Amino acid sequence: MTTSNDEKWINKKISRRDMLKFTGIGAVGVAIGASGFGGVIKAMGYDVFESVADSKTAFNKVDFYGRHQSGIITPVQTHIYFASLNVLVSSKKDLQEVFKKWTPLIVRLMNGELMVDLTPNTRVPTGDTGEAEGLNASNLSITVGVGPSLFDKLGITNLKPAELADLPHFPKDQLQEEFTGGDICIQACADDPQVAFHAVRNLVRAASGKVEIKWSQAGFNSFPAAGGTPRNLFAFKDGTVNPAITDEKDLKEVVWVDKGWLKGGSYLVARKIQMHLETWDRTSLKDQEATFGRYRDSGAAFGKTKEFDDFDVDAKDEKGAYIMPDTSHVHLARKSNARMLRRSYSYASGVMTNTGAHDAGLLFVSFQKNPDQFTTVQNSLGRMDKMNEYITHRGSAVFACFPGVQKGSYLGEALFNAL
Amino acid sequence: MKYYSFLSVLIAGGILMAGCGNAEKVNKDSAPVTEQAKLEEVDLTAELTAYKDFALDQMDQFLIETENFVKLFKAGDIEGAKAAYAPARMYFERSEPIAESFGDLDPRIDGRLADIQEEGKGKGEEEWTGYHKLEYALWEENTTAGYEAIADQLLADAKELHALVQTVEVTPDLMITGAVDLLNEVSTSKITGEEEIYSHTDLYDFKANIEGAEKIFEILRSKLDAKDKELVTTLDEKFKAVDDLLALHETANGGYISYEELTGENTKALSAAVNQLGEPLSQMGIILE
Ligand code: HEM
Repeated sequence: MTTSNDEKWINKKISRRDMLKFTGIGAVGVAIGASGFGGVIKAMGYDVFESVADSKTAFNKVDFYGRHQSGIITPVQTHIYFASLNVLVSSKKDLQEVFKKWTPLIVRLMNGELMVDLTPNTRVPTGDTGEAEGLNASNLSITVGVGPSLFDKLGITNLKPAELADLPHFPKDQLQEEFTGGDICIQACADDPQVAFHAVRNLVRAASGKVEIKWSQAGFNSFPAAGGTPRNLFAFKDGTVNPAITDEKDLKEVVWVDKGWLKGGSYLVARKIQMHLETWDRTSLKDQEATFGRYRDSGAAFGKTKEFDDFDVDAKDEKGAYIMPDTSHVHLARKSNARMLRRSYSYASGVMTNTGAHDAGLLFVSFQKNPDQFTTVQNSLGRMDKMNEYITHRGSAVFACFPGVQKGSYLGEALFNAL
Repeated sequence: MKYYSFLSVLIAGGILMAGCGNAEKVNKDSAPVTEQAKLEEVDLTAELTAYKDFALDQMDQFLIETENFVKLFKAGDIEGAKAAYAPARMYFERSEPIAESFGDLDPRIDGRLADIQEEGKGKGEEEWTGYHKLEYALWEENTTAGYEAIADQLLADAKELHALVQTVEVTPDLMITGAVDLLNEVSTSKITGEEEIYSHTDLYDFKANIEGAEKIFEILRSKLDAKDKELVTTLDEKFKAVDDLLALHETANGGYISYEELTGENTKALSAAVNQLGEPLSQMGIILE
């Protein structure tokens, strides 16, 4: 038996070495060929920090470079693969290397190219795992952010924005450690589930030994054939009231951070919220609609006829009752006066082992200038929201998503420059 | 994916270009990699010989230890046989890339009940033989009685394996793939406790698989060093990380604690360390470039 104190086991003498030394066994099949490849690049090409450009000709392509990262005001895609990672490195430099390495790889992924070209050597695994081969860019967007725990781990708390902190405990929260927090997030959204997954898989692999996945969640959004707002698993249109992604002034007010190294970035809040479909499905349509204060079919607010008709939360009927019930989700959310850009996806991940119920719900994702905006809304929903009866918050995380990247720069450069 | 683009050849040749500029990832007109690649193959004669020597030595030891185990077993010495079981198996596990090259011998010696059951056979039937059946006798049934023929068969199989291994031709692929396979063994069955479901001596196999991979790395070290020093440094670090974690679970007599004593956190840490080792280890094929 070996122990770590022993002479290193592998260095022990090999009994038959001499006997077989010059027999040449095994040399068969080793062909000598001439080529200029040897030693030019390393196996996975990762030592090459080439700057990669956004493709001008790729189909269904979202641009990587710009003032803001993609995946925030990018039109919502049909799929998400959201990953929360822990870092395994402890030095700022090592972390910086990860972001530098990722930057050109992300551009290539978003171009719909192989993340790393194939090399002629078939004796090593390919640098790109390959399952996105033949699929186009599929509007892939990648959004990278850093969580509060990262700053503590790297001893750079002086650079942690005051706003970046774990969210407080909210009433009825049942957060599970395995879906909570994380040092780095990669939000991959695409119009193809495999393209989104492939991106996360390959980026994590490219940083093997430097990061590990803590938790992840796949999700989907289905758009009506005629266009319009997708419905969540409660069958209600979700995403109606949101800042317009073209309204720069509004986005400046609601979404973009305007100071420090995070300027041009945004705070991402992710909540994994289980939806109790079994109980919801035995709720009358009337009660379902009262839960939101909106009609299920049209999506219109109570008392209105069209989805986007504006409404007055304080309006009352002739009997003095709120037209939009004051326990309804929309009433309470609107009443809080805080706003955010919601970009959520539904999930269905099998069956809860303890109850046999659907393990399904909403991967709630919102972007805001300050996580307080989320906290304000969630506090307003508090114990009052009629929807609480049908949901349980199981996971939570907050990340500061970097500003956009200019060609020649890399993700998070402003943070590292501030060090 | 069997094709590589013309562009990748240029990049491999040292000419760096920005992105492909179109969504078409591969040039279907180019020839398959296997035909087109003209790799400057390295002379690995010394390395292949060294590995063969190693494997033969392990097989010598395996035969000796198996003989000893079978002797104890047949003498009805349950405690003695239990003590000899896991250490004897380590020689097999270290050289698994070689031992495995004999299709039907490997399952006869190392088959688990789960492997057999998949084929619709049960534990009462003769088809299940080898170490794990005796493991079942010792730990589950607490007996050796009735299993003597299985013990004899194991020894006969070990002898046959020993004889066959002498003829094995070690190829670069066998070594390079073998190292990764050893780690894959750890990732898929050792770390889950599915290898030794009665004795829970999975950590012995774990250690032996890692040592088998480390041996291959050591033999290839100087060749690797010439190609990619950083990879060698990384591998040194990652092997050390796994070894250090395993050392936490060593017992006073140099053995390992039962798999059942490991917490979820322990296995997760071990599993992560093995995966982080596997990724750079899978790059050893660059020596053939
Ligand atoms: C499973 C959980 C949830 C479901 C099913 C859900 C569903 C809905 C629906 C159907 C609407 C109305 C349509 C729309 O404007 O998009 C809505 C509005 C809204 N929700 Fe949620 N929601 C959930 C969780 C949350 C959470 C956690 C927050 C933030 C703390 C939130 C904030 C909002 C806001 C701000 C509005 C817009 C209110 C307005 O009209 O001003 N929702 N939600």
